[in-house]
Amino acid sequence: MRRLLSDRRGSFGAVVLCLTLFVAAAAPVVTTGTPAAQPDVVGARFLPPLATDRHGGFHPLGTDRFGRDVWTRLAYGGRVSLSVSLLAVLLSVVVGVAVGAAAGYATGGLTLLLLGITDFALALPRVVLLLLLASLWPPSAALVVLVLGATGWMTIARLVHGEVRTLAARPFVESATALGAGRARVLWRHILPNALTPVIVATALAVGNAIMLEAGLSFLGLGVQPPTPSWGNMIASGRDTLVNAPWVAAAPGLALALVVVACTLLGDAIRDVYHGETGDGKRET
Amino acid sequence: MFAALGRRAVTGIAVLVGVVTLTFVLLRLSPGDPAARLLGPSATAAQLTAQRHALGLDQPLAAQYAAWLGRFVRGDWGTSVATGRPVRALLGDAWPATVCLVGLSLLVSYLLGLAVGALQAARRGSRLDTALSVASVTLFAIPGYWLGLMLVMVFTYWARALPAFGAAGLDAELLVGSARLADRLRHLALPLATLTLIGIGGVARYVRGALLDVVAQPFVTTARAKGLPPAVVLLRHALRNALIPVLTLLGLSLPALFSGAVFVEAVFAWPGVGRVLVEGVQARDYPLVMAATTVSAALVVVGNLLADAAATWADPRTRRGRRAA
Repeated sequence: MRRLLSDRRGSFGAVVLCLTLFVAAAAPVVTTGTPAAQPDVVGARFLPPLATDRHGGFHPLGTDRFGRDVWTRLAYGGRVSLSVSLLAVLLSVVVGVAVGAAAGYATGGLTLLLLGITDFALALPRVVLLLLLASLWPPSAALVVLVLGATGWMTIARLVHGEVRTLAARPFVESATALGAGRARVLWRHILPNALTPVIVATALAVGNAIMLEAGLSFLGLGVQPPTPSWGNMIASGRDTLVNAPWVAAAPGLALALVVVACTLLGDAIRDVYHGETGDGKRET
Repeated sequence: MFAALGRRAVTGIAVLVGVVTLTFVLLRLSPGDPAARLLGPSATAAQLTAQRHALGLDQPLAAQYAAWLGRFVRGDWGTSVATGRPVRALLGDAWPATVCLVGLSLLVSYLLGLAVGALQAARRGSRLDTALSVASVTLFAIPGYWLGLMLVMVFTYWARALPAFGAAGLDAELLVGSARLADRLRHLALPLATLTLIGIGGVARYVRGALLDVVAQPFVTTARAKGLPPAVVLLRHALRNALIPVLTLLGLSLPALFSGAVFVEAVFAWPGVGRVLVEGVQARDYPLVMAATTVSAALVVVGNLLADAAATWADPRTRRGRRAA
């Protein structure tokens, strides 16, 4: 852990993520008002960043076309975007580890079947799958979690499968079996804990990816629905006012990019620290 | 070599059959009755029964599936609910635009990504390396639709230099020769730049890593020991070998590139498969969504095969033995 934080990329990623999580969690404290509040639609609309409206309200990131404070919406939108993405990744990790472990530790037909399904799902463009699934049910935050989770587990399953296969051939597994441990116990207590490092790295990258895709779905109107702010639907609503109020779309996009960069760098740093290698930029795609 | 490619082609066909099956299953899983959806809320029970019969919904599931597969193979992909046009015609118009956009962006981003990655590997650990690493991670992390909007803001609204929408101007039909080409290129510029900028980041990161792996191998030390200049060692000895994993990456990154293209097409109203898909989804136009999904999958499968062929061609070791990889 200390080595992770002494890595510049690791500390940057950790600090950015902690700050973002703090702002999102403490949204009512660090902002004024509520995200959907339109106290003065005419007088306070399209105020540039750092402006003060005529009621004395200060808007660090300006206001949008309904006079809503962009900073407040960014903080509350972060709540939605982050929680949706984290839940989705949790779901992918659970499914991915289960499928990967089963495929890696089982033999014969089951392995082939699970790997076949995984490779099939990997061969399709994820956004196309997302759109297909999102089109079948009415849009909601829960649907986004399910759909992102259902399309994100394959990389993790592949990783876990590979790790489990390698680990299952190691002497300590043989020892555990010789001591009389059952197959389930060997898998759960001896193999899986050792296979977790690549999963943690993949999780960090997956969180960044999920945040980006959640925003993408909301941007297309298939995810979180307005007036609930999410970074994606904030970018979408700022799209129409690019000319006279570019900050409305720019702010959530910058926040998004910063968080995704933080996730990527943190993932890289974790991988390098655990491998004890130099910072070669190889990665899973 | 051909045996391996043949096996890949069979896998590709299996993927496509899988996609058609998946769309069938999902359509049946989704809530609501397709007949009711087509006819609207005012339909009578008799009309619904007739429509169900017309759609074949009163037959057993296996028979429905067989009919669905048969129609798909014959190219009868149904009619778009929203536009009333045959789905096949809509997608037939759309796929060349997507192939053009994705293909060009692939070419440009790999060329630039190779150059940037090689430069970074050659100057490893320098300030330039760090700066380029930061830049490529950032580009990799920016959502395409947002980058697209920002480019529109700068180049369309501020600089008033480039058009933001569509693949051709309103007067495109009247233009001839070079003016028509210039109009096309101007419309291509922003979508292509967006997709390419995002792609460069990923490629550069990967090339840098692959090169550093190769540089650590004994034959590079040999080349250096012979007294070859560093640039020759890097370009002639290392880069050629690093190309092999990069070409493999090309195939693997196609789905991601397509995913990016969906958003970019939606932002720039680029008349490709991605835009058709997004509009179909927004209008709940199921026949269109299903067919667009399959066409996207088909384009990715074909692209993967081409990338595989290129990787096999680039690596003499895989040309002979069947499983030399």
